[in-house]
Amino acid sequence: MAEAHALTKKDFKSDQDVRWCPGCGDYAILNCVQGIMAAIGVPKHQICFVSGIGCSSRFPYYMNTFGFHSIHGRAPAFATGIKTANPALSVWMVTGDGDGLSIGGNHMAHILRRNVDVKILLFNNEIYGLTKGQYSPTSPQGLKTKTSPMGSVDRPMDPVSFALGCGATFVARTIDTHQKHMEQVLLAAANHKGAAFVEIYQNCVIFNDGAFDAFTEKSVRDDKTIDLRPGQPMVFGKNHDMGIKIDGWEPVICPAAEAQTWRSDTHSPGPAFVMSQMDSNPQLPRPIGIFRDVQGPVFDTQIHEQIQRARAAKGPGSLEKLIYSGETWTVK
Amino acid sequence: MTQSSARDAEMPLQHFESVVIRFAGDSGDGMQITGNQFTHTSAVIGNDLATFPDYPAEIRAPAGTRPGVSGFQVRFSSSDIHTPGDQPDVLVAMNPAALVVNIRDLKPGGIVVVNTGQFADSDLKKASLTSNPLADGTLSGFRVIEIDINKRVTEALKGTTLSSKEVQRCKNFYTLGLMYWLYHRPLETTIKWLEEKFAKRPELAEANKLAMQAGYNAGDIHELFQGRYEVLPCTSMPPGTYRNIMGNDALAMGLVAGAHLAGLQPFLGSYPITPASGILEALASYKNFGVITFQAEDEIAAICSALGAAYAGCLGFTTTSGPGIALKTEAMGLAVSVELPLVIVNVQRGGPSTGLPTKTEQADLLQAIFGRNGEAPIPVIAASTPADAFETAVEACRIAVQYMTPVILLSDGYIANGAEPWMLPRIEDLKPFPVKFVEPNPEGGFLPYARDAKLARPWAKPGTPGLEHRVGGLEKAHLTGNISYDPDNHEFMVRMRQNKVMGIRDSIPTPNVFGDSTGDVLVVGWGSTHGAITSAIEELRKKGRKVGSLHLRHVWPLPKDLDKIMACFRSVLVPEMNLGQMARVLRSEYPQQNIISYPKVQGQPFRTNELVKKIESLLEK
Repeated sequence: MAEAHALTKKDFKSDQDVRWCPGCGDYAILNCVQGIMAAIGVPKHQICFVSGIGCSSRFPYYMNTFGFHSIHGRAPAFATGIKTANPALSVWMVTGDGDGLSIGGNHMAHILRRNVDVKILLFNNEIYGLTKGQYSPTSPQGLKTKTSPMGSVDRPMDPVSFALGCGATFVARTIDTHQKHMEQVLLAAANHKGAAFVEIYQNCVIFNDGAFDAFTEKSVRDDKTIDLRPGQPMVFGKNHDMGIKIDGWEPVICPAAEAQTWRSDTHSPGPAFVMSQMDSNPQLPRPIGIFRDVQGPVFDTQIHEQIQRARAAKGPGSLEKLIYSGETWTVK
Repeated sequence: MTQSSARDAEMPLQHFESVVIRFAGDSGDGMQITGNQFTHTSAVIGNDLATFPDYPAEIRAPAGTRPGVSGFQVRFSSSDIHTPGDQPDVLVAMNPAALVVNIRDLKPGGIVVVNTGQFADSDLKKASLTSNPLADGTLSGFRVIEIDINKRVTEALKGTTLSSKEVQRCKNFYTLGLMYWLYHRPLETTIKWLEEKFAKRPELAEANKLAMQAGYNAGDIHELFQGRYEVLPCTSMPPGTYRNIMGNDALAMGLVAGAHLAGLQPFLGSYPITPASGILEALASYKNFGVITFQAEDEIAAICSALGAAYAGCLGFTTTSGPGIALKTEAMGLAVSVELPLVIVNVQRGGPSTGLPTKTEQADLLQAIFGRNGEAPIPVIAASTPADAFETAVEACRIAVQYMTPVILLSDGYIANGAEPWMLPRIEDLKPFPVKFVEPNPEGGFLPYARDAKLARPWAKPGTPGLEHRVGGLEKAHLTGNISYDPDNHEFMVRMRQNKVMGIRDSIPTPNVFGDSTGDVLVVGWGSTHGAITSAIEELRKKGRKVGSLHLRHVWPLPKDLDKIMACFRSVLVPEMNLGQMARVLRSEYPQQNIISYPKVQGQPFRTNELVKKIESLLEK
């Protein structure tokens, strides 16, 4: 169903004032998503944004589409209900490291393993923003916050590793300040049939400013990140002279010529998992891009296929069939 | 298969108006199947009936122990009945534990059928018995029929390919056959069921048939009983088509019918929990009716998915029990805030916490009415019998869509697992209440929080051009639904939601009084106490007492004019399976009335006799 005119980024801006802190990474993500919406060509009445609670979860209010700002951690369940009720909708879920991995970790696991056709954007700022600066499940050990004055003793979880472990069919990572990369990743997510999980490093200017500067700063970014592009050699560096290869069980830096070709569609998510664990080694570049992209049976499609099959086998139901079934008898 | 024999004619056939049988055995003995089969056969031959399955929470407690005893009580009658009966006339006990746990309930002079094949010293020990109840006088005053069912079944199934373990699992059908003989029932309904159930293992169907026939023949051959009994079909039931129905099944069908009448696709988000799981199981089998069932990862995801589906234009349902309802509380508040239709079914069980998972209770009433953060009004309605669960579920759907509100539908374990004949409604009597979604591109824009005469907001389906809008749990501005922190708007919206829900009163009838409409005692009930209350009122009125009863389907908001009805009696008695929650509500709504609470919190339903005594004690004052 095409709309009369091609949609532009502006068509996706709602009439609500955006109320994130000045300088927040969320603005850049909103801007990029609005652009993507115009690019994917889905009419805006066919799009629904769903969120939980947190700074990122205000996102739906700023999109001129259908939107549901639900309760803390439960956005995956709402998104599953919406998408299953109407698979024709393009359903996008916006969450954060607290909403999506702490209070809502359970639901996140299940939407991914079921492969519900929902695009999931997890804004990771490694801090609780809306409650004013407590450590989150992705905060590094030792982070001093109001609730960890001597440094957090929690071991952080890696969102990409988590998603891979849940059997996600599409897993990617991008950076709020890297608009071009974000665009490519979000377009790939939009085109994926099934659950698509995208972790977006998002800077919180108030409570965790500069958390990702070590590899996202423009001056160091090319040397300190590696973009995983399916089918392309794993080359990085300002001068494209460095590469990554798997040596035994470990990724190591090598000359560009020896770089291995990245594959996001291996039978096992093992290689993607190995790459996701590079985070914990500061000597290695931080991997971004597409970790995994495979096809699998889609939950919402299968649910409706079963209904069609049942109708074909038993005939469509009616009130008469419903009530006057089983063994009946008549009293005269 | 024929059941006639030479002795058939010789045995005297005595007629009874109503009989109560309790089957009791280990939780692995198949007592629930036996009871259900007896019930089903009795329904098909036209008895009125009521059942009371009573089983432990453990799937297989240690064999032969008292906690492992599972029971199924069925009452079948040639007259109109409302309860499964206070005391069994016949007890079937498959082992010593089943015997000692149940014998105190048996009517004096009642029949007790005992499987002596399970009475070795080791069996007595498992049941914590130091002497054999068959010999120590425990059974004096009863008519004891001793049969070694273990041995009889082994003999009957000699020559089959079944292992000895499989053979022993047919014991319950031997028992069933014996009871069919004693009460002069046909075997056909059960034979048909066995053939369908074991279609893929015909040798099991055959073995169970053989066992049942052996039990039946034993009645003839072994002269175990003095005579046979007959309970004729019930002729006082209103004319119509009937089927036997369990509460969970009726409720599931009501939800499907409700969605159908609203013109919506039903979506159930649920998580298995006793005793509500049966509704999820039933709805999962209705896929050809377009029912979407989603077995969620937990109770919270269950309700959230249903509310998401409601946003997308389905009629959302979620079903649970006990602690499950506590987990759903936050999402219920969101449903109140976003004003979307959602039916929340709570099949109440004994609490608090895990409580008594397989036992019945009505202690979630106040939680249903008031138990959320903030001012979060939700209408509450309650089913009163297994068959009534159908109509009540349809009513819940009607309220949900007409008022754009979550609705809590209360059932309980007694209703969920109990069965009774259901007079099927005529299709033309089921009045549709079609939903009208907002049309595309409304002139002058779309206001998601505008109101109709019932104060309901419009339902805009995602996918409709020109209706793009956002909803959420933050307070909304009147009309636009935009986020608003305005103090006056907040109070306005709080009152708006309250008035909308209290306005449901205008669409519900004041219930009729059963029995005398003026007199000494009015019994006010709600939920599954209906049967016991009705029976008690019938009994007392036969004795010339001036008593009546009023049963509430709509428990919040309450129907109009209840105070006028109550004022026609000297006192109002409220029996409930809790510590007096409805009594508390009624006292606060009608402070001028003399309201007496009669609580019972034992995980067991009221007995008719208990209520009769209580009401009589009030009459004497």
